[in-house]
Amino acid sequence: MLAPQAAQHSRIAEIIAEHSALEGPMLPILHAVQAEYGHVPAEALPMIADALNISRAEAQGVMSFYHDFRDHPLGRHVLKICRAEACQARGAGALAEAAKARLGVDWHGTTPGGALTLEPVFCLGLCACAPAVMLDGQVIGRVDAARLDQIATEAGA
Amino acid sequence: MRIFVPRDAAAKAVGAEAVAAAVRAEAAARGLPVELVRNGSRGMVWLEPLLEVETSEGRIAFGPVTAADVPALFDAGFGAHPKALGLTAEIPFLKKQTRFTFARVGLIDPLSLSEYQAQGGLAGLHKAIAMSPEAIVAEVADSGLRGRGGAGFPTGIKWKTVLGAEAAQKYVVCNADEGDSGTFADRMLMEGDPFTLIEGMAIAALAVGATRGYIYSRSEYPDANEVMGQAIAIARAAGVLGPDMLGSGRAFELELRVGAGAYVCGEETALLNSLEGKRGVVRAKPPIPALQGLFGQPTVVNNVLSLAAVPEILAQGAAAYVAHGVGRSRGTIPLQIAGNVRFGGLFETGFGITLGEIVNDIAGGTASGRPVKAVQVGGPLGAYHPVSDFGLPFSYEDFAGSGGLVGHAGLVVHDDSVDMLQMARFALEFCAIESCGKCTPCRIGAVRGVEVVDRIAAGDAAAIPLLTDLCQTMKLGSLCALGGFTPYPVLSALTHFPDDFATLQEAAE
Ligand SMILES: Cc1cc2nc3c(=O)[nH]c(=O)nc-3n(C[C@H](O)[C@H](O)[C@H](O)COP(=O)(O)O)c2cc1C
Ligand code: SF4
Ligand code: FES
Repeated sequence: MLAPQAAQHSRIAEIIAEHSALEGPMLPILHAVQAEYGHVPAEALPMIADALNISRAEAQGVMSFYHDFRDHPLGRHVLKICRAEACQARGAGALAEAAKARLGVDWHGTTPGGALTLEPVFCLGLCACAPAVMLDGQVIGRVDAARLDQIATEAGA
Repeated sequence: MRIFVPRDAAAKAVGAEAVAAAVRAEAAARGLPVELVRNGSRGMVWLEPLLEVETSEGRIAFGPVTAADVPALFDAGFGAHPKALGLTAEIPFLKKQTRFTFARVGLIDPLSLSEYQAQGGLAGLHKAIAMSPEAIVAEVADSGLRGRGGAGFPTGIKWKTVLGAEAAQKYVVCNADEGDSGTFADRMLMEGDPFTLIEGMAIAALAVGATRGYIYSRSEYPDANEVMGQAIAIARAAGVLGPDMLGSGRAFELELRVGAGAYVCGEETALLNSLEGKRGVVRAKPPIPALQGLFGQPTVVNNVLSLAAVPEILAQGAAAYVAHGVGRSRGTIPLQIAGNVRFGGLFETGFGITLGEIVNDIAGGTASGRPVKAVQVGGPLGAYHPVSDFGLPFSYEDFAGSGGLVGHAGLVVHDDSVDMLQMARFALEFCAIESCGKCTPCRIGAVRGVEVVDRIAAGDAAAIPLLTDLCQTMKLGSLCALGGFTPYPVLSALTHFPDDFATLQEAAE
């Protein structure tokens, strides 16, 4: 049996190989690695850089440019609250403040038990049923403080 | 019996999944042969989840429906019920529209290619296959179609440039990175009628001689991406896409790519960099993407709505499209109405409707019942319009002439509780967060802008000229519209709502 580190290593190599036929495979690879591990593990970047024949600095530069990619794990659930104008017009500002108070964290913070990470997002395309949030890819509209409390509780936070 | 419950993200966000599950459970418990169709949204978001039932007179609607309502709806035989809305087609919000691009959205099962064809789908592509590339380009040019992504550049001219470029490989790229606040038409189209976008891209490919295409969507749209991905697979399996498009002998391969949470990647050159696997940094133009786009090859980059308008333009002819609209703003525009409104959603109509008609008559004024104070048109880079602008006709020229922009045609309404200084601050903060970093006025200017607004808020009147000066620098010195247009919301807020910027000292005097 492979050691955990080696297993991870070969799985990342596999993901890179799966995407190698694509034109411009960088983002698809980063998405796939992050989907597998919840973040992009430190050893992934040099492997990606090698496979795509770019420098490690370049790979790091690409990854850090995008808000989605992260080099560390987040909470077990991720709650994104829309901060953009249409949601603001329906009380998103107060909702975000309520969320921070309820969870005891600021933006990008994770609750102490590791249950939930709070992230800002700018428009989920749910502007006509604002304010809107997304919990682990699941969209929720017309959110008020009570609904938010319920979401947090269900997420174990 | 056919029952429709949308699978659109906005419907899901307010409980459509639970309603669909309740319909299935109730039908099973009663032993009724119900066919549940997961359609797109009709666009009346305040009525979502909107449940529809097919009758001999047409589809009748109930909304907004909760899962708890479902047993009673069955008990009533889908007749009299407090949530009953009558014939869907007769609901004023829907009845007043001219649906051209969104004609099928909400009507059909988005992933049924046979329903798509039964409702006129693929007619445009079949026509295009029989035409020369020049004739296709001419038809699109004659329609007067201008890019719906924001800049309003004539689509026919763009295609003509790509057609005229010599290259072994050309691309069609669909910009589906809809990041503007208050916009959701691209999402609704991809979720409600994805084959229209595929067909539009295939026609674009025939027109310019491209054999590969990409849809660049966003990670904030998981539902749209799922539907779009399935639709591409279905279209390929049916031979609409692939090495021999509908037996034409012409190849077109299409792939969906998903961004990673960067607003600036909606800018076309940043988008191309992102597709290539680079940082989403804006490229200087020239060279224009039509000549040197994806991987340096001639590339059509068009918005979802621009491409989705093309199949009907081909099917019905350019004249049918040009008949709508005013001046040089031809055809229909899918308005996206959001913010503090009673009736929010998607409203497709010919250009020329006034801002006041949209806000008061169509959207029904504010949801809060308080007076309207400001309407931001065209996303986070669009101007804030006061009520005195309500006579403005919706067109590219009229909005540009009033110091604003149509953009992607999103409208966000604010009531009188909004603090316009805070909205100006937010515009600058957003620019600072999303700047690609290539030019100083945008990268540094936005950060300084937030500080200057805070000084104004703290009572420093001398900071107001500093803010206008900074905006002027951003306008003139920015490479792309992110830095260059952020002054629109900021300066329009300052110009039209000076009271919100009145300093503490002034207020005390
Ligand atoms: C910061 C920024 C963001 C943009 N975002 C989008 C977008 O989300 N979707 C879009 O189609 N165009 C967007 N655009 C405009 C594109 O650069 C480009 O004009 C458009 O995709 C061309 O397609 P069209 O001619 O069909 O409108 C954006 C431009 C800028 C400067
Ligand atoms: S204006 Fe801003 S986003 Fe646009 S190129 Fe310059 S730094 Fe990048
Ligand atoms: S502004 Fe919040 S979902 Fe669009």
